[in-house]
Amino acid sequence: MSQVRVLVGTHKGAFILTSDGKRQQWEVSGPHFAGWEVYHLKGSPADPNRIYCAPSTGWHGQVIQRSDDGGQTWNPVGNKFSYEGTPATHLWYDGTPHPYEFKRVWHVEPSLTDPDTVYAGVEDAAIFQSSDGGQNWTELPALREHDTAKGWQPGAGGLCLHTIILDPSDPNRIFIAISAAGAFRTDDGGKSWKPINRGLHSQYIPDPTAEVGHCVHHVAMHPNRPGVLFMQKHWDVMRSDDAGDNWREVSGNLPTDFGFVIDVHAHEPETIYVVPIKSDSEHFPLDGQLRVYRSRTGGNDWEPLTKGLPQSNCFVNVLRDAMAVDTMDKCGIYFGTTGGQVYASADAGDSWAPIVQSLPAVLSVEVQTIS
Amino acid sequence: MSATVTIRVMLPAHLRNLARVGAEVSVETPAPATIASTLDALEARYPVLAGTIRDHDTRKRRAFIRYFACEEDLSHEPPETALPEPVVAGREPLIILGAIAGG
Repeated sequence: MSQVRVLVGTHKGAFILTSDGKRQQWEVSGPHFAGWEVYHLKGSPADPNRIYCAPSTGWHGQVIQRSDDGGQTWNPVGNKFSYEGTPATHLWYDGTPHPYEFKRVWHVEPSLTDPDTVYAGVEDAAIFQSSDGGQNWTELPALREHDTAKGWQPGAGGLCLHTIILDPSDPNRIFIAISAAGAFRTDDGGKSWKPINRGLHSQYIPDPTAEVGHCVHHVAMHPNRPGVLFMQKHWDVMRSDDAGDNWREVSGNLPTDFGFVIDVHAHEPETIYVVPIKSDSEHFPLDGQLRVYRSRTGGNDWEPLTKGLPQSNCFVNVLRDAMAVDTMDKCGIYFGTTGGQVYASADAGDSWAPIVQSLPAVLSVEVQTIS
Repeated sequence: MSATVTIRVMLPAHLRNLARVGAEVSVETPAPATIASTLDALEARYPVLAGTIRDHDTRKRRAFIRYFACEEDLSHEPPETALPEPVVAGREPLIILGAIAGG
């Protein structure tokens, strides 16, 4: 029988939640790396026992931990993330040049085909690659050396590369997103990158339609339709049907189109999920009601999903990497909150129940479906 | 003077867990033992600690790490500073401490 393994990164360690295909009874293991801030951990699609995890602390910086047995045991691998050459500057919050400094890994993205190959998105924004299971990391420097990079400015969380999407139909194509520079795509395995932000409109920057400078919060793709991308921007939910070359807004009837997460149903490429957040200055659900919104039409027409979710006095946030879907016949949806709850739906969002309710603040959620 | 000396090093909790050791470890370093040579020896014996006390590239002490020995703060001494005699003699440890900070 299939098993579902939910990988949860939190402010104070990692947790692994496992269940059978019914997804009703859960076993909880953790905290792994207790006390460490785990921005993200993710399993290899090519070998589900291989999991990469990125704990860090303010005292000791970044380490990378790797499991080869599905998260039962872990071993530290390489943690040296050195920018290629002498890094130039980016812009600081006040608009002055600021030197590049490595701070942390925000996202690990294992290769779709090779368990030993993994990418890391880091702050200050850059993408690194390891081809030896995480022992050694090499920057793909063309992104940070892009003509626009000297003008990139950080979002509130820092100048972070937080989203990496590998195109299953083209091993040379990678999508990434940086707050607050925007989305970029390479079609040559990282040798060159192009901004893909046409159609985004951000009123908070001097030129609302600038080539870069947009605070993209997250991007999602259905693996069977890699040319279609969905984006939760700072404000606005967006869609592209040409691999990011052009975007159009699909916020439609959402009560607020600010938010962080966005994801796509595993079997219905036009069914997408967001968690609307009140505003950029009030990072909690509108009216204290935690509602996932689902569109079955690829955007514009949205329905609130509330069954099993708190509908009063709820003031948590759902961060950008904290939603994931499994690939069971009846698609499971999962998300974690800054209040330490991880909610699961085994029926594509129709109803929800908490798997755990009192973890440290959840920073990321990933799911492995293991047959 | 012997060619090498044994230095006792006390580690903060996160680094004990990371290196899978107890509160105190001992490392061999060429004489005369300095802060830098002791940390070099520590990282050579426990490679997982590289980058967690000093920056990988600049070798500078991380901002929230301090070095103490014999009730003295050595954090701002040059890395080539010789360790105090009681540390070299093994009567006192070099203490690597995380700042009292966090949330």
